[in-house]
Amino acid sequence: MSIIKSVTCPVCGCLCDDIELTIADGAVAQVKNGCAMCEAKFFSHNNEHRLTTPLIRKDGKLVPISYDEAIQKSAKILANANYPILYGWSSTDCEAQRIGVALAEEVGGVLDNTAVVCHGPSILGVQDVGIPTCTLGQVRHRADLIIYWGCDPWSAHPRHLERYTSFTDGRFEDSEWKSYLNKVKAAAGRKKLRSLERKGVLKERHPHIAPIVGDNKPPEILNKKGRKLIVVDVRKSMTAEMADYFLQVEYGKDYELIQAVRALVRDQELDVEKVAGVPVEYLQQLTDAMTSCEFGVIFFGMGLTQSAGKFRNIDVAISLIRDLNMRTKFAILPMRGHFNVTGANTVFTWQSGYPYGVDFSMGYPRYNPGETTVVDILMREESDAGLVIASDPVSNFPRRAVEHLVKNPLIVIDPHMNATSLVGDIIFPSSIVGIEKEGTAYRMDHVPLPLKKVVDPPAGLLSDEEILTRILNEVQKIKLKKLEVA
Amino acid sequence: MVQEKLNLILLTGRTIEQGVGKESGKSTDLYFQSTTMVYMDETDMNKLSLKNNDHVILSTDEGSVVLRAVKHPRGAMPGLVYIPYGPWANAICSTKTTSIGMPSFKGTPVEVKPALDQPILTLKELLRKEFGR
Repeated sequence: MSIIKSVTCPVCGCLCDDIELTIADGAVAQVKNGCAMCEAKFFSHNNEHRLTTPLIRKDGKLVPISYDEAIQKSAKILANANYPILYGWSSTDCEAQRIGVALAEEVGGVLDNTAVVCHGPSILGVQDVGIPTCTLGQVRHRADLIIYWGCDPWSAHPRHLERYTSFTDGRFEDSEWKSYLNKVKAAAGRKKLRSLERKGVLKERHPHIAPIVGDNKPPEILNKKGRKLIVVDVRKSMTAEMADYFLQVEYGKDYELIQAVRALVRDQELDVEKVAGVPVEYLQQLTDAMTSCEFGVIFFGMGLTQSAGKFRNIDVAISLIRDLNMRTKFAILPMRGHFNVTGANTVFTWQSGYPYGVDFSMGYPRYNPGETTVVDILMREESDAGLVIASDPVSNFPRRAVEHLVKNPLIVIDPHMNATSLVGDIIFPSSIVGIEKEGTAYRMDHVPLPLKKVVDPPAGLLSDEEILTRILNEVQKIKLKKLEVA
Repeated sequence: MVQEKLNLILLTGRTIEQGVGKESGKSTDLYFQSTTMVYMDETDMNKLSLKNNDHVILSTDEGSVVLRAVKHPRGAMPGLVYIPYGPWANAICSTKTTSIGMPSFKGTPVEVKPALDQPILTLKELLRKEFGR
């Protein structure tokens, strides 16, 4: 039995690097410090959903095949395709992503990563107006106002609050954990009372009333000392429940709400009573909290990038930060999902000049979101082969887009059986990056961190990087042969 | 008054159960349970006379899917339904990328009807129905 400290967790964009693992008999026996998702991932390396051998579809069924044969067949598919899609990349290391760019260039395909259905619009917004940002270390030590806009870190980045924002002791700002605990205790007490009322032990005092929207006046707490936490969302998420103030915006109206706040920051008056379902009086208090803080940060998520307006929401949110920086110090950061989606954008950019949706079909990289992005290509039914690595588009793309992906030969590289491997034609099992293979990943604030190898992969399993390198070599051989014949 | 159907707005997104499910394995029961449910507002559920865990059928221009209706546990969100990301949510999500590559995962108009006797398809059944595999 051995204990490995300071392991980086390969789950979400937080890349928590304080995980402590106990290894017994070549398997992870205990996970310390991690969240529920972190534990599930570390324990998943030897569960029954693991792929152990390459598979190929024969007569509608997946049957085992050797790596060599699978690599040769995959290389043939990719080398003969006119317009293949190479998609995924966000749950693997930068080393594999780099080979991916070379492969996409060699086969003249489209290289796209999961940012396209995640923070792609954020990248477009940043390309429009730039981004005033900082690292999470700055937030941890200095930020006294944290705003989560259209994101729910409690569910998607469970340790974000604990490691980087409200519930961490920074050098200049203290943790708000104790005041949150008091809130939880009070809520538990109220729940207990209600339960006793229901059971008839206490006389019924509070008849059940369905909650309503707009019952959320900014409390005095906005004037409190210490870190403040504000959540803006269309529904009361788990994070919203922890916040000092939860502001509920009407669906699809984030753009006008942010524009209204921008006007207030510039000391203009609004001659309406409500904006996006929020009384202007409340907005004024929110603006006061923003302009009176020492250092504020807005974190934003899918609530902005996937709702109506998409990249325009990001554009205006960044513009708000620009306005706020005339009054105080403010920064903005996207809540990146997969652990190395930031790395995929970074690697693609330094190799090809573009962060996602890179089209190599003309022999040089071209980038035109809406045209060279994978969902659009699938909807126009233009691709004739697909390689999916470290992601699950069959689960996460709209059904009609997947239909075309499945119609053509589909190569899948993944450690586990998922929806995409269930419908794929050639399936490669790979070792899990960050558990069975070391590598590099970029945290959501663009800080690169090393991933550790803590256990050995199942015998004979290759890594993403090795599989891609071998496919690339094979493709180069086929192309050379074609040239010789010509 | 009890209504036969409601026209609402579909949001899809993350929940912690879906997150743990996807990391444990997409064929796990946890993933199935956490992605085949739909959070609805209490008032909307009352309008359709639904109880927790009753099956509902959600239909959009893209197709329809049967899921388990669950009361949203915090606050109010009338007019909205929330399905955790997964193949079931994506069976009915809009593919409109508004020319920037991003499908409309939040904001698809959806019609919700009770479907008490209709079963929820398993992952394999769903894939067979949609893609014939």
